Amino acid sequence: MRISLGPVLYFWPRDKVFDFYRQAADWPVERIYLGETVCSKRRELQLDDWLEIGAELTEAGKEVLLSSLTLIEARSEAGVLKRLCDSGVRIEANDYSAVAMAEERGLPFVGGHSLNLYNRPAIDVLKRAGMFAWVPPLEMNREQLAQVIEIDPGIETEVFAFGRMPLAWSARCFAARAHNRPKDDCGFVCMDYPDGLSLKTQEEEDFLVINGIQTQSHQCLNLIQHLPELNRMGVNWIRLSPQSRYMNEIVKCWQQAIDGDITMKLETQWLPGAPVDGYWRGMPGMTASL
Amino acid sequence: MDLVCPAGSLPALKAAVNAGADVVYLGLKDATNARHFAGLNFTPKRIREAVAYAHARGSKVYMAINTYADPAGVARWRNAVDQAADLGADTLILADTGVLDYAARKHPDLPRHLSVQASATTRQALDFYHRHFGIRRAVLPRVLAVQQVRALAADTPVELEVFAFGSLCIMAEGRCQLSSHVTGQSPNMAGVCSPAAHVRWQEEGDILKSRLNEKLIDRFEKQERAGYPTLCKGRFLTNGQRHHALEAPTSLNTTELLPELKAMGIAAVKIEGRQRSPAYVQAVTRVWRELLDSLDRNPEGFKPAPEGQKTLSRLSEGSQTTLGAYARTWQ
Repeated sequence: MRISLGPVLYFWPRDKVFDFYRQAADWPVERIYLGETVCSKRRELQLDDWLEIGAELTEAGKEVLLSSLTLIEARSEAGVLKRLCDSGVRIEANDYSAVAMAEERGLPFVGGHSLNLYNRPAIDVLKRAGMFAWVPPLEMNREQLAQVIEIDPGIETEVFAFGRMPLAWSARCFAARAHNRPKDDCGFVCMDYPDGLSLKTQEEEDFLVINGIQTQSHQCLNLIQHLPELNRMGVNWIRLSPQSRYMNEIVKCWQQAIDGDITMKLETQWLPGAPVDGYWRGMPGMTASL
Repeated sequence: MDLVCPAGSLPALKAAVNAGADVVYLGLKDATNARHFAGLNFTPKRIREAVAYAHARGSKVYMAINTYADPAGVARWRNAVDQAADLGADTLILADTGVLDYAARKHPDLPRHLSVQASATTRQALDFYHRHFGIRRAVLPRVLAVQQVRALAADTPVELEVFAFGSLCIMAEGRCQLSSHVTGQSPNMAGVCSPAAHVRWQEEGDILKSRLNEKLIDRFEKQERAGYPTLCKGRFLTNGQRHHALEAPTSLNTTELLPELKAMGIAAVKIEGRQRSPAYVQAVTRVWRELLDSLDRNPEGFKPAPEGQKTLSRLSEGSQTTLGAYARTWQ
């Protein structure tokens, strides 16, 4: 099993993004996804910037992919996607628009978790279209995943195993709404929340996190204690979703765990929210076994 | 434009047909469709009756098999497709690429529509489904502004169907796992959102609390009307402020957009509500039949009857209606 670093889901300042990937060049991750997957208005970095970062990471021995926007609404966004597909770098397709463009170009792609690949026949369709790795939907449990990959699917399986879980996308920007601003005049308020804006219940209980048009779990998915099982099942990649702090510690801890040290545990203070593994166990995603 | 109406039961289907629905859509009594609620939906025998009733009166029946197939249940989804063909359904409404692939190969002559659950919002995505599975029509998710719908309508390989009235799903359909995060069951796999089995009402003095799997979704003062705890429509705290952080209980009503939708060549308008009563379906269908007929008679001078709009408001969630994502201001 190898470690991949998912795309940064949050809106970080340009310098922070460059700095983050400068560090990532030294981490024991072998595959890195770059690009904006949540909101097309976030333009701190242009495609050329991502390609520059990608070139440096490739130089450092990493496999680099460009991740596509998940919810595409405007023609201009489809235009950006086209440039992404024409850049010569392999992509993670997070929408069927990207699948279609990749297929037309004969460009191999990773099928992101928002493509809703829940069963083998669905995977086979996309494999024929050029998919070389897939990320199961977050809500899929271990039995379901085992059934899909029991007989070698002929492509790599990459499991989202760490980080706040992206649960929903909307036309509405909830971060702007929380600040009584219209989406078209959002003032890029999500930059104030490097790990998302907390949404609590009226009992002050941490519940969800708002990340622009995306809604995430407040809790932090952590499957590290299930590593032996993931390995046995034939999962090829462990995806870690970037957060603003402690990523260095988190990545190294996972690598040691993969290398066989089953005593490795993530420190509570490293996590942005309570650790959960409910989906993996066929339970509500917000629940934990520990 | 076709009027496509919901039926969660045979009486609802009859009500819709009698009130002038061009098409009624329905699903089997299991997780193969996205409205899998207790006491709702159709056995194969009832579907046969439904099809006979509708066809005798000039209406069509679409069968929704629009959840994603459980890896262990692929045979069940395929069987649902075979049943739809056998029972005389006019069209399949599908989302799962595996199920679409099966339907296209096994029943090439049975028309296929792309479900809203597939969340296709671009020409490129529609191209993909058209190229691989020969879909004839796609139902658009409720995330596009009207200008975006127009742009897509001008550049699409397939017919488009849009949501016109009913409960407003605010997240991109097929891309929402909030329900399974809280309850373990989601629209994609189980065909349910915020399922009733996880709802608990709790009275504390004058306060009524609604919980979903113990998470507090909302609390209501005595004078407030308590809404069902659909988790995206509760009141929560952001930066210490209590509000409908995602969306308030409200229904979509696109009456005022009808001339525009017609002009851009939208093939059908869809009414949401398979979980609703026959009386609701009949009332809403009747209003929308009148709206479409009056639009056909006089597209330039289209003016909705105030009585009909009053009926729609009365039947809306929280008695409120909205244009939803069609209006940029909502976004």
